Amino acid sequence: MKVTEKDVAYVADLANLELSGEESAGMVRDLNSILDYIDRLNELDTSNVEPMAQVSDRYGVDKVKQGSERFSYAYREDVPEALRKSLSQESALANASDADGRFFRVPKVIER
Amino acid sequence: MDKNLLTIDSVRNAVQSRDTTAFSIAEAHYSRIQQEDEQIGAYLTLCKDRALEQADRMDRMAAEGKVLPPLGGVPVAIKDVMSTRGVRTTAGSKILDNYIPPYDCTAVARLEAAGAVVLGKTNCDEFAMGSSNENSAYRPVRNPRDLTRVPGGSSGGSAAAVAADMAVCSLGSDTGGSIRQPASFCGVVGLMPTYGRVSRYGLIAFASSLDHIGPLTRTVRDAATVLRTIAGRDPMDSTSADVPVPDYVAEIEKPVRGLKLGVAKEYFGEGLNDEVRQAVELAVDRLKGLGCEVVPVSLPHTSYAIPAYYLIATAEASSNLARYDGVRYGHRAGGVKSLSEMYRRTRDEGFGAEVKRRIMLGTYALSAGYYDAYYLKAQKVRTLLAQDFEDAFRNVDAIVTPTSPTAAFRLGEKSDDPLAMYLADIYTVTADLAGIPGISIPCGETKERLPIGLQILGRHFDEATILRVAHAYEQE
Repeated sequence: MKVTEKDVAYVADLANLELSGEESAGMVRDLNSILDYIDRLNELDTSNVEPMAQVSDRYGVDKVKQGSERFSYAYREDVPEALRKSLSQESALANASDADGRFFRVPKVIER
Repeated sequence: MDKNLLTIDSVRNAVQSRDTTAFSIAEAHYSRIQQEDEQIGAYLTLCKDRALEQADRMDRMAAEGKVLPPLGGVPVAIKDVMSTRGVRTTAGSKILDNYIPPYDCTAVARLEAAGAVVLGKTNCDEFAMGSSNENSAYRPVRNPRDLTRVPGGSSGGSAAAVAADMAVCSLGSDTGGSIRQPASFCGVVGLMPTYGRVSRYGLIAFASSLDHIGPLTRTVRDAATVLRTIAGRDPMDSTSADVPVPDYVAEIEKPVRGLKLGVAKEYFGEGLNDEVRQAVELAVDRLKGLGCEVVPVSLPHTSYAIPAYYLIATAEASSNLARYDGVRYGHRAGGVKSLSEMYRRTRDEGFGAEVKRRIMLGTYALSAGYYDAYYLKAQKVRTLLAQDFEDAFRNVDAIVTPTSPTAAFRLGEKSDDPLAMYLADIYTVTADLAGIPGISIPCGETKERLPIGLQILGRHFDEATILRVAHAYEQE
C-alpha cells in the first residue's frame, strides 16, 4: 500500500476536495491500483533523458534559433483593448452566482 | 433523412443550387434528433435559434446568387467542451450546469464563418475524462449501432450524432484518444490533428499539453474540409503553430503508390481482440494492394504510454480544474460559513467520481516528495515515446494500427474498474503524447456487426499524408 487514508486526506486538502468516508476508502483503493500499474515506468532508465513538457518544445519551431527566439512566433503586441479586448464588467459578472454589479461576492475571509 | 445529403459537399451544393434550403435541412435534423435522441443521448443542448438564423443567412446568399462558403448550410454538432457564446456549455459536468460562455471557441467561430449551421452541443464524459461516455454527469450516450453498448469516449456524443444521422459532421476533442476511439466504436471517421494545428482558444482545458480539437465525419474528404477550415495560427492561442495549412481536400486525391507504411508489432500484442486484428491485417493488405509498401517498424516504449499519460494528463488536469471554485461561474454550494468551506463543498457537489479521482492522482503526482518520481519521470518517458516515432518516421511515411483493442464494449462493463477503462486508450495515447496526428477510419465489422477502426498515424504537421492514405483506403 503506497497511499494510506492519511495521504488521501492530505492530498484532498491540497486539492480543495471534500471526500466522504466512503469516497475516501474508494480513493485509497483506486489510487493504489493505478500507482501500482504506473510503477512499471521505473523499468526504464531515464537518467540521461530530457523531460518533454510541451510538444512545441520539440516541433513546429525553428530549431536553428536559440532559446526564446525559437518561440518568437508566439509573441504578440501587448495592446490593451485591441487584440485582447477584455470582457465588459457586466459580461464578466454574468455567470457568477453572487455579485453586486461591480464585484464577485464571497463569504467573509477575514474575521474581525 | 435524405440519403443524398449526408456529406458536406452534397449539402452545400444542394443549398447553393437551391434544390433545397439550409433551413429545411436543419429542420429535418431537428426532427431526427427529436425522434432518435431520447434513446441515444448524443445532445445536451440544442441551439435552434442560432442554427436557423445561420441557415436562413445561407439560403439568402444562395438566393442572391452568391457563392456559398465551403460549409454553407451544413449542420454540425459541437462537443460540449467548446465554448459557444450565449449557448450553455457544461463540459458534461454539473459544476458548469448553468454556464453561458461570453465568447466563442475559435474552431467553432471558424466553422460558422465558413457557413456551418451549429445544431447544438454534444454529450461527453465530464471534462472529457473517460473512454465510454459513462462519466457524463447528465446521462450516458448509447452506441447507435447497439444501444446496449457505449459509443466510446470522451467525444461519444459527437460520434453518435454523426453515426445516427443527427449531424453531417461534428467537432470533438482528443487528449488520449477521445476523437479516434469513439469514431472507431461508432463507425465514423475521426481525425486528431497535430498538436498546435488547431487553436485551443475556447476549449475548456483538461490537459493543456495534450488537448486537440478535430472533426468527426462520415468521409475522409469531409474531415479534410473541416480541418482546412479550422486549422492555422490563432493569436489567441500561443501554442497554435504558425505552419502553413495545405489544401487538404486537394491533397487527398494524390496517389498513394510508393508510400511507405509502417506496422508496429507493439500494437498487435496481448489484449488485441482477434476480430479486430484480422480486420486491421486485412486493411493493411488492401493498402499494399493499392501500391503502398508495408514495412515493420518498432515503437519499443509503447507499453509505457498509458502510465506516463495518466500522470501527465492528471497533473495538468489538477491544475486546470483548480479554477472551479464557485466564485466567477458555475455551481456554488449554499449554506456555507467560510470561503474555504465554499470551495470544498462546491467542488464536492460539482465534480463526479472520475474527475475527483484524476484531480487526486494529479495532485498526488505533483505534491512535495513525489514530483520527481512521478511527474518528471513521466515527462522523460514522454520524450522516449516521441523519439520512438521520430525514429520510425525516418523510414516510413505513416504508421497503421488498430484504433482500439476491441470493438464497442457494453455499458457498465468497465465502469467499476478505472484501470481497465484507461487501457481502452492503449493505442491512441501515444499520438497525443508525441503530438503527432492520427485518424481513425472504419475498416469492417465484428460478427456482431460492431464497427472496427483502422488508425493511421503521421509525422508532425503531415495530416495530408494520413488523410491521403485514409481516402485511398475508403475509396476501395
